[in-house]
Amino acid sequence: MISDFLTDNLSVSPTLATILAAVIHIALLGAFFGLPAFVFIWAERKVAGRIQDRLGPTRVGGKFGWLQSLADGIKLIQKEDLAPDAADHMLFRLAPYIVIVASFGAFLFLPFSEDWVAVSLEVGLFLALAILSLEVLGIILAGYSSGSKWSLFGGMREAAQMVSYEVPLGITAVIPVLIAGSMNLNVIGQMQSGWFWNWLIFHDPFAFLAFFVFFTVTLASNKRAPFDLAEAESELVGGFHTEYSGMRWSFFFLGEYAAMFFVSALAVILFLGGWWTGIAPLDNAFRELGYAGRVLGFVVLMTKSGLLVFLQIWIRWTLPRLRIDQVMTTCLKYLVPISCFLFLGAVTWPLVLSATLGRTTLAPDMEFGQPLGERVPAVSRPQVRSTDSQTYLHDEQPDGPLVAVEGNR
Amino acid sequence: MESFLFTVFAVTACGGAVAVVLSQHVVRMAFWLVISLGSTAGLFFLLNADFVGAAQLLIYVGGTVVLLIFGVMLTASGPYLKISGSPGELLQASVVGLAFLSILIFSVLRIDWDEHFAKLEQAAGPSFFERPTYRPASEGATVRGLGAALLGTRFDRDLGTGDDELSTGYLLPFEIISVHLLVVLVGAAYLARAKRKVTRSEE
Repeated sequence: MISDFLTDNLSVSPTLATILAAVIHIALLGAFFGLPAFVFIWAERKVAGRIQDRLGPTRVGGKFGWLQSLADGIKLIQKEDLAPDAADHMLFRLAPYIVIVASFGAFLFLPFSEDWVAVSLEVGLFLALAILSLEVLGIILAGYSSGSKWSLFGGMREAAQMVSYEVPLGITAVIPVLIAGSMNLNVIGQMQSGWFWNWLIFHDPFAFLAFFVFFTVTLASNKRAPFDLAEAESELVGGFHTEYSGMRWSFFFLGEYAAMFFVSALAVILFLGGWWTGIAPLDNAFRELGYAGRVLGFVVLMTKSGLLVFLQIWIRWTLPRLRIDQVMTTCLKYLVPISCFLFLGAVTWPLVLSATLGRTTLAPDMEFGQPLGERVPAVSRPQVRSTDSQTYLHDEQPDGPLVAVEGNR
Repeated sequence: MESFLFTVFAVTACGGAVAVVLSQHVVRMAFWLVISLGSTAGLFFLLNADFVGAAQLLIYVGGTVVLLIFGVMLTASGPYLKISGSPGELLQASVVGLAFLSILIFSVLRIDWDEHFAKLEQAAGPSFFERPTYRPASEGATVRGLGAALLGTRFDRDLGTGDDELSTGYLLPFEIISVHLLVVLVGAAYLARAKRKVTRSEE
């Protein structure tokens, strides 16, 4: 998008335009990768303090200690970068970078507002989850290469936990995909405009339950309490990052907090209406505003995912840690069968409804505030026109304030 | 631009593969394997084959190599961590490897690629990416086509041909694979189940 603008309006050569667009995208993404992590590290300490009847950070940067993360960062940069003698030095030094690159790479496919996405891909969700799952590789390598028993235990627990929790994560993430008919996160977000009952979480009871399963699984895949077995302080000193110090240690935490934000934003886009407020007149007004409306949509998305991150922090400081066998039981005996059942239910739901009621959803059939993609009038569906030897997929857009996007047609 | 990116990915893929062979430490081998397989995924993305690239990342890099390292971590001790072959093994392996490499190079050089491309164009008509689709090729037009083909519908062959014959997709292989995977899952669950002998007192 930016590269087209540069070549068309500023007459930059295509190669240079591609590079410039890539740099701009990466800089923006870097900001939205780092800043939420920055805020959430402060929020974690503040919320933890409040929950434990303390004040949390109060001094740095004025009233609420809101510059505490910056102070932490400066302290961590100054610390000595150690590598133990028993460590495999190359892998030990590389492991934090794998973690941070994996969690950053996932942000490439995350739309922050309508069409605000660095790489718009048809397989966006699949690829984002694939890249996010590479994070576990860095953690296993860190645990293994440290040359310490605590780290090895932490890495092994993390590997077992991640490999198992990826199954229910994938199955529950597929439920919104099968409702929306696309793996493009932008399309899934567009589907949920209009009133809040168009949000995919309210699409059917199975999707409603699937959201909670998805949220639980993302807690575990981010190794947040009560699933933080990989770094269980009371048993394993620091788990996989016992031997790390300074910046390399902080990379693990930057990656973790960025991944927390990422999965929250993903849950918001998949289930909770993405960048739409859930109030149809307001959304229409946003769309009329054009660019400014997208900024407002961005604010909505950030607010929703911020609330989910707050929920994660709340859960961490409320629930006690599970044992490793309880973690595995939760996943393999409960979450996997539940998510399989929910998937089957979500598949049969529209079939049952269309057999009994003649409609595919239960959402109120109102003229105003319909979802953008789903129930486009039949006349305006893409028509396949077959002439002599060439085939055209023909798109006709319906009139009105909302423009149809490609969805479940 | 594309040839530059191709060079980067191809060099890292080949370099990673060579490093897998040359290093003697199992976990480092796994790491180089990650580099090599990840660059291969990059090559797939350059070809606009986004689904295949994503599957490469998820299955090989995220799945297989993680399981490999996990296995090494559980079992590794002393003699198995470092792999170094005897000279005889080295000779055998290099003979087999070089023979295979020479077959590959020979067969690649023997083909007249221009003529084949002309034949291919003649046979296939306009290529898949030049057909009008929902999305531009850079955003990945492969997923719907792949999904439909796996469910037995070939839009790319049947649309606009004029005749009523429908070509078969890959529904049967798809079903065979899925049943196969189910069998594997059940078998793995059976093997992994704790085999406790039933004692008298429990009966």
